[in-house]
Amino acid sequence: MIVLAFLAQTLRIAIPYLFAASGGVISERSGLIGLGLEGYMLGGAFCGAVASYYSGSPWVGLLGAVAGGAALALLYALTAIRFRADQVVVGIAVNLLVTGATRFFLRLAFHSSANSPRVPGFGAEQSGTGLASLARNPLIWLGILAIAVMAWLLYRTPYGLRVRAAGEHPEAALSVGVPVDRVRYVAAALSGMLAALGGAYLALDQHQFSAEMTAGRGFIALAATIFGRWDPFRAALACLFFAAAETLQIQLQGAQVIPSQFVEMIPYALTIVALAGVVGRAVPPAALGKATE
Amino acid sequence: MRRTVEEALLPALVALLVAAVVGDVLILSFGQSPGSVYRLLIDGTWGNAYGFGQVLYKTTTLTFTGLAVAIGLRAGLFNIGAESQLAAGGFLAGLAGLMLPMGLPALATLPIYIVAAAAGGAIVGGIPGVLKARFGAHEVITTIMLNFIVLALLNYLTAAHLKVEGTLHTAEIHAGALPRLSSMIGAFRGSAANVVLFLALITAAAVAWFLFRTRRGFELRATGLQPAAAEYGGVNVGGVWWRTMALSGALAGIGGLNYVLGYKHYYEESFASGAGFLGIAVAIVGRNNPIGVVVAAFVFATMSQGGLAVNAVVPKQIVDVLQAVVIIAVAASVPEVRRLARARSAA
Repeated sequence: MIVLAFLAQTLRIAIPYLFAASGGVISERSGLIGLGLEGYMLGGAFCGAVASYYSGSPWVGLLGAVAGGAALALLYALTAIRFRADQVVVGIAVNLLVTGATRFFLRLAFHSSANSPRVPGFGAEQSGTGLASLARNPLIWLGILAIAVMAWLLYRTPYGLRVRAAGEHPEAALSVGVPVDRVRYVAAALSGMLAALGGAYLALDQHQFSAEMTAGRGFIALAATIFGRWDPFRAALACLFFAAAETLQIQLQGAQVIPSQFVEMIPYALTIVALAGVVGRAVPPAALGKATE
Repeated sequence: MRRTVEEALLPALVALLVAAVVGDVLILSFGQSPGSVYRLLIDGTWGNAYGFGQVLYKTTTLTFTGLAVAIGLRAGLFNIGAESQLAAGGFLAGLAGLMLPMGLPALATLPIYIVAAAAGGAIVGGIPGVLKARFGAHEVITTIMLNFIVLALLNYLTAAHLKVEGTLHTAEIHAGALPRLSSMIGAFRGSAANVVLFLALITAAAVAWFLFRTRRGFELRATGLQPAAAEYGGVNVGGVWWRTMALSGALAGIGGLNYVLGYKHYYEESFASGAGFLGIAVAIVGRNNPIGVVVAAFVFATMSQGGLAVNAVVPKQIVDVLQAVVIIAVAASVPEVRRLARARSAA
């Protein structure tokens, strides 16, 4: 019983990471740095909550989230690809933009600087803890599906091959007729939509949007992307591992075994270790962050 | 000559224009008139001594974090970690302050504080530098990850060992408080501006001298322009990387003095509150030039303070949006302007 509760909570925490990390994988494999994931998530949470509130349907909320995430990601892609802006700079600016804009529009739409009113989500009651109530939330299944679909897309479709070519050697890809820029726009839009679904999951699960509710989860997803070496399944395992560590910390909170701040560090510390190559180095896609000539 | 002036100023003008349009739309969406909101913003920042003092206070921290990012970019390194380097600098300086005996004069303590703050930032900044030089780990990711790690560590140390019960800050520091500007100019009364502002201006001049007048500075810039060529020319590129990251961290760290010893006289959890990230914007808009950084820091400080001034009419987050718009517009128009200028000179 305790094991089941542990698994259920791990999964609940992992779902937004799974969405955002699958978005991170496709973006980075195409050559676009995934620094905006946090912003897409937060934007998705906000658009999802607003759309759900005004339509009364969480499904419309999901559509709103997807549209918002895609719009933000395309803004990023447009500046990075068409205008050759530095991806790191624009990625950080997108996060700043979304943090400010969601608070601004929160006050415009709901006259509050902190929360939206209650919005319809999946399931009537807030956050049941068991696996059974979890299984009734369609986003859980969508999140798991996102990883599988991403792996299929990357490794089994012509588009996936083009994505990988664009991320590793765009000049070679161009020379054989791959429209690298278009491939990257699509990858960016997909990453924005996926990360936004992760954000929408948070808002709909809590039945409201609150300011800065993603709280760095986009960066944990980015860490999972890197720690998982830009592979969907390995990134998913990283997400589950990070989520399990958080669950353990929550469950041990009473016991005061390890200070919570040290558990918070785990994903980031592991990512640095992976990048430094102490146990098998993580090597990013060769053209990551570079615009085509 | 005309071309370089154009290249330097056109992106800023484009950014200003785009920001003005977005700002107008946002203000109108709130049912306010843009003119009166902008007037409110100017009145609350440059229009009175207190507001201007607050702008100068914010300019101080942003100058340090902006210089930190700029010097990194000059070497081709992207330091996203100024946020935690700033915090670590403030933390170590605060720690030093708690240990120094009460009543020491500011003149005696200031060097100790500067060294402590620089050391805190240099350690946090130096780690990604070494990881890059030694293992090739990309500094963008490692500095982001270190932000989370270092801030969590500082929060733990503060919460577990140093905080005054019921608060998030340490006990008050009594050794060598740095004077506020209001002690010299009465009109600044109540504003947080303090003598660290002068330290910031001196530091900017020192960075300019280092970059453009010393051999180390030349090696740094050569590495940033073309690392392979620099290596071929006899520069130890790995050495430049880790030294520059440590120096960058030290600059951000010294910025911590502004809050911890110039303003509050204690270290407080998450006092950096985004000043490290805004340093990236300041460096980009200031085009990695120390003078440009000071000007950009003043502009961004004005916007931040201006947000507070207009908050009663439109949400202060309008400023965050406009700052982001400025960053995106500058980042997008710099390569475009350069491309156009090149195309024209080729024709």
